[in-house]
Amino acid sequence: MSEVIIHGQQAAAGSHDHSHGPHHEHHHHEESFISKYVFSQDHKMIARQFLITGMIWAIIGGLFSVLFRLQLGYPDQTFPFLEDIFGKWAQGGKISPDFYYALVTMHGTILVFFVLTAGLSGTFANLLIPLQIGARDMASPFLNMLSYWFFFGASIVMFASLFVQTGPASGGWTIYPPLSALGQASEGSKIGMDMWLVSMALFIVSSLLGGLNYISTILNMRTKGLSMTRLPLTIWALFFTAVLGVLSFPVLLSGAILLLFDRNLGTSFYLSDIVVKGEILPNEGGSAILFQHLFWFLGHPEVYIILLPAMGMVSEVMSVNARKPIFGYMAMIVSLFAICVLAFLVWAHHMFVTGLNPFLGAFFVLLTLLIAIPSAIKVFNWLTTLWRGNLRFTPAMLFSIGFVSLFISGGLTGIFLGNSTLDLHLHDTYFVVAHFHIVMGVASFFGMFAGVYHWFPKMYGRYLNNTMSYIHFWITLVGAYLIFWPMHYQGFAGMPRRYYDYSNWESFKQFVELNRFISTVAMIVFAAQLLLVFNFFYSIFKGRKVTSENPWGANTLEWTTPVNPGHGNWPGEIPEVHRWPYDYGKDGRDFIPQTEPVGEHESKH
Amino acid sequence: MSGFFILAILALAFLVVFQIAKASEYVSVLKGEEKTFRQNNRINAFLFIAFLVLGLVGVYWCNELFYDKTLLGKPSASDHGEKIDFMMWITLAITGFVFFLTQILLFWFSYKYQYTEKRKAFYYPHNNKLELLWTAVPAIFLTVLVGFGLYYWIGITKEAPKGSQLVEITGKQFNWMVRYPGKDGVLGRKNYRLTDASNGNALGVDWEDGSSHDDLEATEVHLVVNKPVKFVINAQDVIHDVGLPHFRMKMDAVPGIPTTIWFTPKYTTAEMKQITGNKDFVYEISCDQMCGSGHYSMRGVIIVETQEEHNAWLATMKPQYVTVMEGAKQAPAAPAADTTASKPMAQVTK
Repeated sequence: MSEVIIHGQQAAAGSHDHSHGPHHEHHHHEESFISKYVFSQDHKMIARQFLITGMIWAIIGGLFSVLFRLQLGYPDQTFPFLEDIFGKWAQGGKISPDFYYALVTMHGTILVFFVLTAGLSGTFANLLIPLQIGARDMASPFLNMLSYWFFFGASIVMFASLFVQTGPASGGWTIYPPLSALGQASEGSKIGMDMWLVSMALFIVSSLLGGLNYISTILNMRTKGLSMTRLPLTIWALFFTAVLGVLSFPVLLSGAILLLFDRNLGTSFYLSDIVVKGEILPNEGGSAILFQHLFWFLGHPEVYIILLPAMGMVSEVMSVNARKPIFGYMAMIVSLFAICVLAFLVWAHHMFVTGLNPFLGAFFVLLTLLIAIPSAIKVFNWLTTLWRGNLRFTPAMLFSIGFVSLFISGGLTGIFLGNSTLDLHLHDTYFVVAHFHIVMGVASFFGMFAGVYHWFPKMYGRYLNNTMSYIHFWITLVGAYLIFWPMHYQGFAGMPRRYYDYSNWESFKQFVELNRFISTVAMIVFAAQLLLVFNFFYSIFKGRKVTSENPWGANTLEWTTPVNPGHGNWPGEIPEVHRWPYDYGKDGRDFIPQTEPVGEHESKH
Repeated sequence: MSGFFILAILALAFLVVFQIAKASEYVSVLKGEEKTFRQNNRINAFLFIAFLVLGLVGVYWCNELFYDKTLLGKPSASDHGEKIDFMMWITLAITGFVFFLTQILLFWFSYKYQYTEKRKAFYYPHNNKLELLWTAVPAIFLTVLVGFGLYYWIGITKEAPKGSQLVEITGKQFNWMVRYPGKDGVLGRKNYRLTDASNGNALGVDWEDGSSHDDLEATEVHLVVNKPVKFVINAQDVIHDVGLPHFRMKMDAVPGIPTTIWFTPKYTTAEMKQITGNKDFVYEISCDQMCGSGHYSMRGVIIVETQEEHNAWLATMKPQYVTVMEGAKQAPAAPAADTTASKPMAQVTK
């Protein structure tokens, strides 16, 4: 859109110093279809693979939520078309409880892991790390390729589990044993659960291969002059994300493997004193709570694995489009670091009501509420970045502002839940559903959308359609609040989550109309997401072509590459960096790219 | 058929949006991109301020609609719950203030600092005083919240007072089983390997333990108003959770690991019917931990009554041991409990 508008060509000169002949590809070699599009080792192609796989999963996971919202919104009605599609799972046109719980479980699993972990950080870590640090590719392009293909394998196994006779895992995305360990206790705890665990093991391998690669690339392969304190905040965020993943995912792997043992080899890691459906089990001495510790030791950092890349991208996009440096660059890094450290020390706040020692609980309260401080710093820094800026509302910028709004709303409710006293009342109610959907679900999606809209021109050399993007944004922002804001009230009524039907409960049956309303909005918002999907695929082939290297007038290195960079990113020398990435509006100049040497008379910041 | 229509309408809507979007792109090329950009920018800036205003109205309206359907305006039915409610209001006040402040600033800035040719963005990379300010102020407020929170938390989670009523509640897919200690005030020992629902021992009580002989078993929880009660919570198969929204309490039921909570009920069920103005009011136990396909139907009932009513109810109850032995006399003698297998499990019987 505003390709040429705001910024004169003044600064562009800096990035063109290394002018070059039209075609001297650095890595010139014949590429077959297979090596270019399938088993590609080009980080940009791998990023696209992650993104598109993630989008497919997002559609599936989103569709699942529409289906179970159908049950919640219309518990007394039947929809014959459901039986046509799902057969025994929706007999008589009504979703069965087993199917409902399978949908809820897979919705959570898919969106947390396959979309917001792989789809979000997989996409943008791959795309942005080499481009923004001035590297030709990842430290190990081969491992990077494997990372995608392990993710693909995990996807296949998880997808296959949707079609097994007894259905996919259905014990909630947190798969607490003994429910997940005992096939007798639930249909979803039969073969579907084994497939869930195998899929997750593959997923973790993928995540580790990716994460190690991201860390080593960022630490070792920055271009000349690009010290750590000159990195864009996207890279800092992706760096901490990778560290979190590398340190916490193995713990989930161990938890999952022990669960596989309990399920298939007769061990008793998580099982003790169990009588299920009248059958007395021999297992003794295990602890069901052990699994929760292992799970949440990943599970809590996981929410920051999801959120940090969004924070990083929002910081970058906001600064570019406010034409103003991000406020408090160092404070932003320090707060990211603080969140990263605290993320490891708060996992038991998910377990206040499990019988956890209350004295231990007290420390987790303290550490949990400490996270509010770096979060507050970030929010105020974003606000100050907007203050006295000159804001261009590109679709990416809209989503960034939306992100901040959602992060505030969802973050503040975390202060309720992190306080164990209030958690006694609010734990596992709709208040929790509202909290984490806003702060981790929708907010991270907004960060991801901001990233997609901002870097689409870099990924495909074309623009997305603006009108569709605006419609997408406004429906999604308004819809997200309409869906999740009233859920807080359901939580204040003590209404438990993961219920199939509330009509038999004197305490919770008063929300029939509200549930119907939420379901309706959820369907509209889901349909609006298809607008982005359509816009995305249409624009890949038919979008307006990008003509300038630096369409947003940004400082970072990815905009010094050709419009459609080949494998190796820069046809000539890799540019050298002379400054931090946020010199916008300095000394009367609209922007000064990182590649421009610091002038003699330039003011210091 | 209606499904088909809905799909057709959706497809049509999509087509319309797409055509408009496409057309607007051509128009923008014709009009000049800069002009289109400015127009779009103004529209979006306006929408932000509209969103703020309508959003605030919406927040108010939503509160009007739903406040009475929540527990916020209703007194808590337990003493612990009153502290939790007070804590809730403190937290609501602080977070509410921050919420309105930051959201208003966010959307107001978005509107006010929308692009104009006249303005140059203000180069303002950092200010340590400001950073210090918004590190310190949240830290102070959080200290208040942590302080209150932990003070109450310690009070709520400390040992139940002496003389509390003791009730054992055990979850299984998908109902609750309740046991009372009888006159001796001690719950009989249990061993899950003795569980035998068809012979009246659904809980796996060890009849060898004499203190089990006067234990009462029921499906409803009967509590005495204004008398502290301690729950001992168990599960047989998977993790459940004793959710008590009106008492503002909650505790997981974990197989193999007994848990406890205690509180003092303040209003009888009859009183709560008046307070809530709902003649059908009943204290419900909701299972709050996903426990399988019947999770949503795992409902228990608590009846809070006066001491006299409670005594009258007790008089109607027969110890489970007596019931079982009477049944056994009629049938051929049941084999004595397999003592070799019955390693007594450590049970909370205090």
